[in-house]
Amino acid sequence: MSYFDQFSRLFADYDVVGAFWVNIQLTFWAAVFAFLIGAVVALMRISPVPSLRLLGGAYVHIVRNTPLTILMVMAVLALWTQMHITLSTDFKQNFFNFAVAMLSIYHAAFVCEAIRSGVNTVPLGQAEAARSIGLGFLPTARLIIFPQAIRGAITPLGNALIALTKNTTVAAAASVAEASVMMKKMIEFDSDVIFAIFMTFALGFVIIVIPVGLITTWASRKWAVKR
Amino acid sequence: MSTAAPEGGTAAISQAGAEVRLSGVNKWFGDHHVLRDINLTVKPGEVVVLLGPSGSGKSTLCRTINRLETIDSGSVQIDGAEIPAEGKALAELRSEVGMVFQSFNLFAHKSVLENVTMGPIKVRGKSKREARELAEALLKKVGVVNQADKLPAQLSGGQQQRVAIARSLAMRPRVMLFDEPTSALDPEMITEVLDTMASLAKEGMTMIVVTHEMGFAREAADRVVFLADGAVVEENTPEEFFTNPQSDRAKDFLGKILNH
Repeated sequence: MSYFDQFSRLFADYDVVGAFWVNIQLTFWAAVFAFLIGAVVALMRISPVPSLRLLGGAYVHIVRNTPLTILMVMAVLALWTQMHITLSTDFKQNFFNFAVAMLSIYHAAFVCEAIRSGVNTVPLGQAEAARSIGLGFLPTARLIIFPQAIRGAITPLGNALIALTKNTTVAAAASVAEASVMMKKMIEFDSDVIFAIFMTFALGFVIIVIPVGLITTWASRKWAVKR
Repeated sequence: MSTAAPEGGTAAISQAGAEVRLSGVNKWFGDHHVLRDINLTVKPGEVVVLLGPSGSGKSTLCRTINRLETIDSGSVQIDGAEIPAEGKALAELRSEVGMVFQSFNLFAHKSVLENVTMGPIKVRGKSKREARELAEALLKKVGVVNQADKLPAQLSGGQQQRVAIARSLAMRPRVMLFDEPTSALDPEMITEVLDTMASLAKEGMTMIVVTHEMGFAREAADRVVFLADGAVVEENTPEEFFTNPQSDRAKDFLGKILNH
């Protein structure tokens, strides 16, 4: 059987695109929530209030150093099975939501650090100038520091997004039927075309991830703050 | 603190200057005693130039007046009111004390016009139209109104610093602090900034200026305060200070900078 036949058999027997679509959806929602949580934690870590800085630092260090698989398994076995917490009445949606929640919580730590590295690209004088015209901490952060920090953080944020995209396969541990689950199924039932199976999923992620890298490189140049 | 002042137009850009009084101000950076028992009163409308060798504490002193630097003891008062330590009250005070920095510090992601309208809109709650009119009047006054839509990085240093002055003036400050405003400028840009400052001085703004520009000190200042090692060593009218310095430190300093 030629490679072409192998691939066409796989694509005929399985909804490969549908499986990857789950990963893309996981990526999208987790990226949105990770960004929001990460921005708040970054704000805490740069705030003048020591207890908030401590809390933000603790979040990053604890979450970043916990394996994502453990968070996923904990969501399903501890939060759902033991504590009966549900995030949706729909059985499949519930697992999907848990996976998004755990991906968001985990990647927020990396988003926070990416934003903080962006904040470091903003000269101290920008904050001093903002304070000297009477802007308080939050308006200074929102109007002056963050817009410049985000532009300086596009590249590290892109890296975080790429890592997130590939980490959506860990959602398998929370019983979400995404691409890696389908891959296991193919290996189980079609192990005679094992090479084609691996290529399908490897290339699938490459196809999703390459544009992310290209777009972030382009965007980081386009929106660079000229000083 | 009332901020009643006529709005709009190029006239009456600034309002009545305030009095600044520092008494017994001390500050340490670790073991380093950067400000030693500073007592200094700047009268409303007075222009005071702070002079001194580098490391004498003149920039730090300037920055304590809007609390960009905290002090360890003593008091800083503006029109008899102690400057607040933090929070909303401090932000309010800062909005009435203009500050011009050595490195301009224009908001790099905002246009020139947006730099100037930011404070009036976000701090004073003015409408966009009102803020724009005020900003255009101020940019006209400092001679950069034709650059209003550019980004700061597209302007020369002298233009940027004049925009920075306009940004401060848009808050209708009662005191203006200048922290080495011309030190980062190419020589041919210095005059345009000094001219802008001199015209402000004429309008009766209370100004505290850290500078190495002796010409400006001579012409625009009412008083020169000479600092060395964090202490006020000598203060006098510019004429007296430059022609007849009393302290050895001042003689030594002037000898070094005026002999070229």
